[in-house]
Amino acid sequence: MQATSTNRIWRKVKSALASALAFTSAVLVIAPLGLVFFHLVRSGASSVNWDFFTQLPKPVGAIGGGMANAIVGSFELLGLAAMIGVPIGVLGGVYLAEYGSARANAMLRFVADVLNGVPSIIWGIVVYGLVVLRFKGFSAYAGGLALGLMMVPLIMRTTEEVLLLVPNGYREASLALGVSRWKTIVHIVMKTASKGIVTGILLALARVAGETAPLLFTAFGNRFWNHSLQEPIAALPLQIFSYAISPYDDWHRQAWAGALVLVITIFFINVLVRFLTRGRIARLT
Amino acid sequence: MIETPVTLRNSVAQERAHSIMSSPETETLPRPAFEVSNLSIWYGEKPAVQDVTIDIPAKTITAIIGPSGCGKSTFLRCLNRMHELIPRTRIEGKVLFQGEDLYSTGSDPTIVRRRIGMVFQKSNPFPTMSIAENVVIGLKLNGVRNRKLLDERLEKSLRMAALWDEVKDDLHKPGMSLSGGQQQRLCIARAIAVEPEVLLMDEPASALDPIATMKIEELIHELVVNYTIVIVTHNMQQASRVSDRTAFFYVGRLIEFGETTQIFTQPKEKQTEDYITGRFG
Repeated sequence: MQATSTNRIWRKVKSALASALAFTSAVLVIAPLGLVFFHLVRSGASSVNWDFFTQLPKPVGAIGGGMANAIVGSFELLGLAAMIGVPIGVLGGVYLAEYGSARANAMLRFVADVLNGVPSIIWGIVVYGLVVLRFKGFSAYAGGLALGLMMVPLIMRTTEEVLLLVPNGYREASLALGVSRWKTIVHIVMKTASKGIVTGILLALARVAGETAPLLFTAFGNRFWNHSLQEPIAALPLQIFSYAISPYDDWHRQAWAGALVLVITIFFINVLVRFLTRGRIARLT
Repeated sequence: MIETPVTLRNSVAQERAHSIMSSPETETLPRPAFEVSNLSIWYGEKPAVQDVTIDIPAKTITAIIGPSGCGKSTFLRCLNRMHELIPRTRIEGKVLFQGEDLYSTGSDPTIVRRRIGMVFQKSNPFPTMSIAENVVIGLKLNGVRNRKLLDERLEKSLRMAALWDEVKDDLHKPGMSLSGGQQQRLCIARAIAVEPEVLLMDEPASALDPIATMKIEELIHELVVNYTIVIVTHNMQQASRVSDRTAFFYVGRLIEFGETTQIFTQPKEKQTEDYITGRFG
């Protein structure tokens, strides 16, 4: 009798310890996000103003100016990246989910997962070697290509996963109507999974939007408006990087502001993803 | 559980069978819709159907019965090449549809399936589409753009599927918003909208309640005027109610094929008798 009640108390203590440990871990996961955001707001919010979004950087020594060219440049680079990454990534995902043999798929998946793990600066170096050296110059195209190549394996894997979530009954129903395989995939399978595919694309965009390393040797950065995609172009992460390592206080403040704007943009992309994926599973099954 | 022989309640089928037998144009026997000879199918190394030879007559209802795993669904899927979607299947033998070899090198499975439609066990309206879109999607994806023709086919197909009166005011609503029985009739409407010559039905009512099942069975009786229907069912009462002819499959082989009345009252084979009297299966 005595032994059982001791046992029971010991069991309760263990249970309480386990849940306390899990709770602490959860807090440790969330805490950095809160700290980063708090610090960004404190250091950067004061410099986020109208000028920041509309003005070019001022010459060294002059106070004020903004990052308008970098904000626009980032969107241009993301547009170029999407033009490369979305079609190749989505079609690759379609191949994996709908066409590939088991052996080819295992290999492709492995390669995609390795590519997902490649440090982003490697992408910059690869594009530097392939494009920048060959065409003798940094350019927006090169920057877009580096980001686009990073997006390919990300989009490929998410597209594959959401296509595999589409029940086979829909494919069979469409094929039994005498609809060709390709039309079935585009009009039935991809349409059913369209929200998931868009979600994968947005997540990949959010992921590369903050990348600096692949742009260092490709887009290079630019203190003025970019007038041709064959020339170097500014990007928000690049601008933050060069301002943050500068010796000027005003530039430091602007770097904080840039970081805040970047984080908020990525945050909103993620909110959009949440909105799109609401009840997705319920609709699919 | 008392084992009772399944009694035949199919006066409609009997009457029709009778009228077909005595009508003058059947004096010269019409060509069967399907002429299957020595058909065998394997999944990898596993044989699913073995050496089946059967002639399925046109404009009649043929039921395929047999215990689970006897190859009846696999056989059905061979009639419009749907089994090819499963990897590593192998087929031997011949399937002629109106005299044409379905498996000749020039035969395109897409065209085959356009002429030989299929309704599945689990109703599967496309989830992103409205009731109307579901019905006409087969036509649209086959290149029909004419708005008037699409509207005509929409109404005609839904009427033939006995669904028009229930949904005519809700055509824009999602197909998934219908009840289970209505969804299955929507799938039948979708299948007949592309005007196939044959409807293959793979246990079309097995997931439905008795009233929805009855509606599907009535519908099958109405459709047979225009279509050759082959229906797989594990429900023997259903086979005896709806079909003109019945084929009994057991472990991949066709054991017996004949008039439904004969199969259920005077089976020639011992295995058929054992199965329909509920001794196994």
